[in-house]
Amino acid sequence: MKKLPVLLALVATLVTATTAARDVTVLNVSYDPTRELYRDVNAAFAAQWKARHGDNVTIQMSHGGSGKQARSVVDGLSADVVTLALAWDIDAIADHGLLAKDWQQRLPQNSSPYTSTIVFLVRKGNPKGIKDWPDLIKPGVQVITPNPKTSGGARWTFLAAWGYALKQPGGNEAKARAFTQELFKHMPVLDAGARGATNTFAQRGVGDVLLAWENEALLARQELGKDAFEVVVPSVTILAEPPVAVVDGNADKHGTRAIAEAYLKFLYSPQGQAIEAGHFYRPRSPDVAQQFAAQFPRVNTFTIKDVFGTWRQVQAKFFADGAIFDQIGPGN
Amino acid sequence: MSALVSARPVAWSRRLVRGALVLLAVGFLALFLLLPLATVFVEAFRQGAAIYLTSIRQHESLAAIRLTLLVAAIAVPLNLVFGVMAAWAITRFDFRGKALLGAFIDLPFSVSPVISGLVYVLLFGAQGWFGPWLDAHGVRIIFAVPGLVLATIFITLPFVARELIPLMQSQGSEEEEAARVLGASGWQMFFRVTLPNIRWALLYGVLLCNARAMGEFGAVSVVSGHIRGLTTTMPLEVEMRYNEYDFAGAFAVASLLALLALMTMALKTLLEWRYGNEIAAHAPGGH
Repeated sequence: MKKLPVLLALVATLVTATTAARDVTVLNVSYDPTRELYRDVNAAFAAQWKARHGDNVTIQMSHGGSGKQARSVVDGLSADVVTLALAWDIDAIADHGLLAKDWQQRLPQNSSPYTSTIVFLVRKGNPKGIKDWPDLIKPGVQVITPNPKTSGGARWTFLAAWGYALKQPGGNEAKARAFTQELFKHMPVLDAGARGATNTFAQRGVGDVLLAWENEALLARQELGKDAFEVVVPSVTILAEPPVAVVDGNADKHGTRAIAEAYLKFLYSPQGQAIEAGHFYRPRSPDVAQQFAAQFPRVNTFTIKDVFGTWRQVQAKFFADGAIFDQIGPGN
Repeated sequence: MSALVSARPVAWSRRLVRGALVLLAVGFLALFLLLPLATVFVEAFRQGAAIYLTSIRQHESLAAIRLTLLVAAIAVPLNLVFGVMAAWAITRFDFRGKALLGAFIDLPFSVSPVISGLVYVLLFGAQGWFGPWLDAHGVRIIFAVPGLVLATIFITLPFVARELIPLMQSQGSEEEEAARVLGASGWQMFFRVTLPNIRWALLYGVLLCNARAMGEFGAVSVVSGHIRGLTTTMPLEVEMRYNEYDFAGAFAVASLLALLALMTMALKTLLEWRYGNEIAAHAPGGH
């Protein structure tokens, strides 16, 4: 007899457990500078999902250099979604069969809910007078940027420099190559990720100019002192499109596809776009862009498609083993 | 005549050399050990004790502390058992490949920790030798706690064995043989004769092993996947916070790690001071 209440309690617990809120975790494997962004996005999305569906969603985060993160997912880091710095890194995951090869057509605007660009961060007063790309290769100027082999942002930077040289009057491949090679001679260190490079420049005081994501440069200025640094926008730079995707193989295995897809759609929603703009990522929504217009300087950009084609082609031409970066990068 | 003339300058220059050497050693220590150590604590408390406590009480910090303790709690006992067995095999038996076994024990000292982490990725990663089988059976090793434990065991493997081997070699096996002759069983001999003889060296080895297990960065970084609050140990948490401009938080967690190291050192010193004679008596070349 005594056991009956216990049994009833047990049954009651089981029933409530199946009908009431589920606890769901989703792993978002992201690149280096998005730490602050996704902390806010995750909180807002979890609140929205809880209000609409009642489940408690926990979004777990892993951050690091974009290329390294892609490699970890290939090696078994079971990301439900990836939010990386450039399309090639997600292509590399797709090549191992974890998601469909046409993943970039599944969400609007090349699956990039926000964009950014490459700008210069200089010390207060711009003591070396750095205004545009040619100033970076003047004698005595030290340039800080991470290693394009491991960092997505640095690959965008490399292409921005190359594209600039190509677009000058009389510009051609040979001149672009010479300019980029000269640029790498001005780099005393190459950190593995964007945040490491920012810390090298801002905390340790190495170098005269940091080539960085616009979001990273604006954040560094906000976090480390508006008076200490200035943002310089070069005459022309690249439009960086960091893409996002559900990793089909993992999401289906974990039964998280619905939440993972809703999470990525949330990035395109007005609420998501406003959070992204608040963290200095350029929103796709014209309305939100209008609202945050004051914090983003005017830039003249070209896209990767305008100048280089697809990321797959870029990877093969510039960053694969033995390709152009290996020929002209540090040590050459 | 020359002896008379040179006697005084020799004594004088000896004292000069001694003074210079002591000064150099102390200065070197202060510059490379004490100064960084002090910096950790100064930076940790720069924004006040309240911020320090908040940083440590955060969910992520507590998770990192728990994970670090868990990893050490698995890796250290395993290496204790392995270390005693290996030292026993090497010092008490003759067998083919004995030198090779000794060399293998030292391997983790000579291999870069990053490489040892990568080896586990190559073995157990999704593209690795055992990856598909593990995946089919739902077992997660890399980017999960088992991977962290494996990497830590590998890195800390030599510590206990390397403390024991020279001591057991110098002690020889006479006492143990006497115990056997007097009728002790194998286990009785081990617990009544061997263990008391090696206990201080064993404790030493365990302390060093533990310090390294908690502080290891490179190897665990490779196999961790850096999932916040889930697969980040304290050293990884320090790096992560530093990268997030949370300098107070980074140094707060770092100060806990430094504190663990200081406690280990204090315990070691206390043991030496309290049982100094015994340790000296059993130390290699002692008696």
